[in-house]
Amino acid sequence: MSTTAATSPVPGKPLKPQQGPTHPDRNHKPAVSAKPVTWKLPVTLLVLAVVAFIVFGLLGPHGTAKFGISSGGDFFQLPAIEVPAYLAGIVLSVIMLGLAGYAMFLKTKNVRPPRWLPVIFTVLFVVSFLIWVVGGARTPSISLAGLIAGSVTLAVPIVFGSLSGVLCERAGVVNIAIEGQLLGGAFTAAIVASLTDNPYLGLLAAAVAGALVSMVLAVFSIKYVVNQIIVGVVLNVLISGLTGFLFSTVMQANKEMFNSPGRLPIIEIPVLSSIPVLGPILFKQSVVGYLMYVAVIVVWIGLFKTKWGLRVRAVGEHPQAADTLGIKVNATRFWNVTLGGAVAGIGGSFFTLVAIDSFTKEISGGRGFIALAAMILGRWNPIGAFFAALLFGFADNLQSIVTIIGTPVPSQFMAMLPYLVTVFAVAGLVGRSRPPAADGIPYVKG
Amino acid sequence: MVRVLKLELKGITKRFGSLVANDHIDVVVEPGQIHCLLGENGAGKSTLMNVLYGLYEPTEGQILVDDKPVTFRGPGDAMAAGIGMVHQHFMLIPVFTVAENVALGAETTKAGGFLNLDDTRRKIQEISDRYGFDVDPDALIEDLPVGVQQRVEIIKALVRDAKVLILDEPTAVLTPQDTDELLDIMRQLKSHGTSIVFISHKLREVKAVSDTITVIRRGKVVGTADPGASTTELASMMVGRAVNLTLDKAPATPQETTFEVKGLTVIAPSGQHVVDGISFDIARGEILAIAGVQGNGQTELTEAILGLQDRVHGSILLDGEELLGRSVKEVLNAGVGFVPEDRSVDGLIGTFSIAENLILDRYDQAPFAKGISMSPAKVLENAKTRIDEFDVRTPSGSLAAGTLSGGNQQKLVMARELSRPLRLFIASQPTRGVDVGSIEFLHKRIVAERDHGTPVMIVSTELDEVIDLADRIAVLYKGKLVGIVPAGTGRGVLGLMMAGLSPEDAHGDAAGSHPAPPTAGTTAGSPAETPAGSPAEPQSGSPAAPQATKQAPAAQPVQESRSGAVGDDHE
Repeated sequence: MSTTAATSPVPGKPLKPQQGPTHPDRNHKPAVSAKPVTWKLPVTLLVLAVVAFIVFGLLGPHGTAKFGISSGGDFFQLPAIEVPAYLAGIVLSVIMLGLAGYAMFLKTKNVRPPRWLPVIFTVLFVVSFLIWVVGGARTPSISLAGLIAGSVTLAVPIVFGSLSGVLCERAGVVNIAIEGQLLGGAFTAAIVASLTDNPYLGLLAAAVAGALVSMVLAVFSIKYVVNQIIVGVVLNVLISGLTGFLFSTVMQANKEMFNSPGRLPIIEIPVLSSIPVLGPILFKQSVVGYLMYVAVIVVWIGLFKTKWGLRVRAVGEHPQAADTLGIKVNATRFWNVTLGGAVAGIGGSFFTLVAIDSFTKEISGGRGFIALAAMILGRWNPIGAFFAALLFGFADNLQSIVTIIGTPVPSQFMAMLPYLVTVFAVAGLVGRSRPPAADGIPYVKG
Repeated sequence: MVRVLKLELKGITKRFGSLVANDHIDVVVEPGQIHCLLGENGAGKSTLMNVLYGLYEPTEGQILVDDKPVTFRGPGDAMAAGIGMVHQHFMLIPVFTVAENVALGAETTKAGGFLNLDDTRRKIQEISDRYGFDVDPDALIEDLPVGVQQRVEIIKALVRDAKVLILDEPTAVLTPQDTDELLDIMRQLKSHGTSIVFISHKLREVKAVSDTITVIRRGKVVGTADPGASTTELASMMVGRAVNLTLDKAPATPQETTFEVKGLTVIAPSGQHVVDGISFDIARGEILAIAGVQGNGQTELTEAILGLQDRVHGSILLDGEELLGRSVKEVLNAGVGFVPEDRSVDGLIGTFSIAENLILDRYDQAPFAKGISMSPAKVLENAKTRIDEFDVRTPSGSLAAGTLSGGNQQKLVMARELSRPLRLFIASQPTRGVDVGSIEFLHKRIVAERDHGTPVMIVSTELDEVIDLADRIAVLYKGKLVGIVPAGTGRGVLGLMMAGLSPEDAHGDAAGSHPAPPTAGTTAGSPAETPAGSPAEPQSGSPAAPQATKQAPAAQPVQESRSGAVGDDHE
């Protein structure tokens, strides 16, 4: 690009003629080769592909897996897909072996594998896994549309939670308190919606409650420089105890008045919502569901395309540098953490305003921690976190479906899968995951 | 068109608790001048500049811009007043691109707060072209060599319309070639009307570019000096006593060769041969200096000898015994003393006391330990002796080592390593970031160890140091040994060897293409070839002069070496 460097506009001023336009490239080459291509990815892929070949392929079921695509009310009907499980297992795992081989070939040439490679591989693995599970079930038929729609629904609070994590950690504050923010949001949504008979006010109150929980985290970790992880854990325990106490003393005593929030209506967009598979996911949601899509996109654009985002990321990466450029580090962090809390609070309202219409103890059930895992698996990127959360929602949903259709695999194993994936992801096998450099480090001036 | 700015600091005092970092300092930076603040590490230069840049509020005193008093509540105010600063430790975000770093804090936006980086790219290109910086706006900072990162810092200040540029120890992190280029850039900036406050303790550089020199010692201005003043004069003003800059050392009397490295190869995790088939030996009572631009395999070489590297081939013999394959502990016990290149990371534990740091390698041996218990009295006693012997300036041995100044930390590391009988002494960058007073002391200790009959290996990227200390000089380039030359080899030759030329070619080139003194300031190490006292001459010429020499054939390989060496920097 900098071809103009060769002709200085100011005559007689030193430039480096012999370096000319090619020089920037020369600066880059060594840097690229300096990050060595490792064996991690190819080896991991190979191991997984071999496992798939043996388990899903050679040892796979000989039945036929049936996947329903359309649901009854769809605009047009598509026939169900019927897959011969054994053949599919062999074919898909051979493709996976091919991909693993390609990754190995690239490694020998010292070329970094393209980003689509692990993604495609994951998709193939999940698909062959699904065929294997369904093909071996007592009733080898599931509704694909239902599976996916259910996954998205289960993923909603996780997505909000992981966005909260992204907002906080990109600014350099570790947010372990997502669980508490979700729970606080759920509780407040229930109580406010019950008292006002207006679930929308409940939604708003949930955001405020999440923000308040977050402010406690912000004040202690930013102003008083208390260890952020400790504050977060303490907050989770505190909110859990507080909501549990209020639940048994106040809500239980007068259920009608305090714990009957009513549900947020499902808003169906005509025509679009009857598109098979995609329709229900994108166009048949509650306000919270629509807000989720909006939030993911807004946070992504905000972080990577705006002035605000540049400053937030700077604060999370190198607060001192930001400070020398006149950016108020701790104020930025404070408001980001608060905003994150509000986002998580909205996610919490999903439990009491969408999923069920009442609050119970520990209703968030550890999803705040799963959200944290989703954030890491999504590499601190809102869109990555969204898909990671979907994966967790998918595993969650699959677990219950598998129980219904009856497979040889115990559903508990299915439930472990997402955590296994996270451990591998965090270990860096799936890709380099690098947290913001100043994540969790308080900034003290001077 | 260029607005110039007069800057005055009047009676600035800055106290941190009971510590007076700056004591009624008066400095006037005239427009369009390079004003040097000369002083040792810890003299209060950086504190003063942080006051000027709005990072600290002064306890007393005033800052005047164009004779009007101003108050800076933060760096934003200082920038608005036309003051820019390049910090010693760069304030760049490694995962951002050049453009993002430059834009940060002064972003141009489209409607709705969206970043308009194109505007920033254009500005970077403009400045980059004007000064020949050659910076790619879309490169990631972490991929750029240190010298280029520094230019990004300068661009950052210029984009914000800085009329006064503060450079805080800008050459501390640079190779000799990069340093010379920076001095050129400073002259250019000056000719474009930017005033520069240049903070340094390196006399050669200060003399080469300054218009005025203000010397600061222990937080006070002790006087101003003319750039024409001799280095000895400047040094004694800075240190406060007469300093002997040239090391008096008796010629080496090498005895039998006891340390031998044969065909040593170190393979990095990337598969690259970072040290590639190196062979050399050191005799007892001899100093071998390993010269080379940083990142050419020096770190790996020393670490391989100590047993810190994994994939090493070849042979390392000390007193006829193989060191390779032994644990670090065994190597240390074989009598190897090692001063690592980064004392604060590898040399000491900042939160441990000075006394504890002094026995890090012998904590489990008599007299400091008996069985599983340590005897703190012995540890403290040892500390007292070493602190006295090595002149570590500290009130007590029980203070945390991290509280010491750079020079005193280095004395501490050196004291530990030299306090047991050695069969081999290795010191990497023994005086990096150390003040003049301490350098003199540390050098004397190294020579004393040699005269004691120990083979000594010094690794240094400072040509001055190599020339001062070495009995023989080995030059590394891209992991290979370019050659071993005797002490007294000219700077020009060494500079070319550091760029990868064989000693024979380097001799030829250095002799052929350096006809006139004005080449100083651009090629590898030539400034010192001009007699002391005259380096001010070349810069008094037109700014176009350095350009001419840049195109000289001899200079070219040096340029090449910089980008070549850069790759190794990022291992």
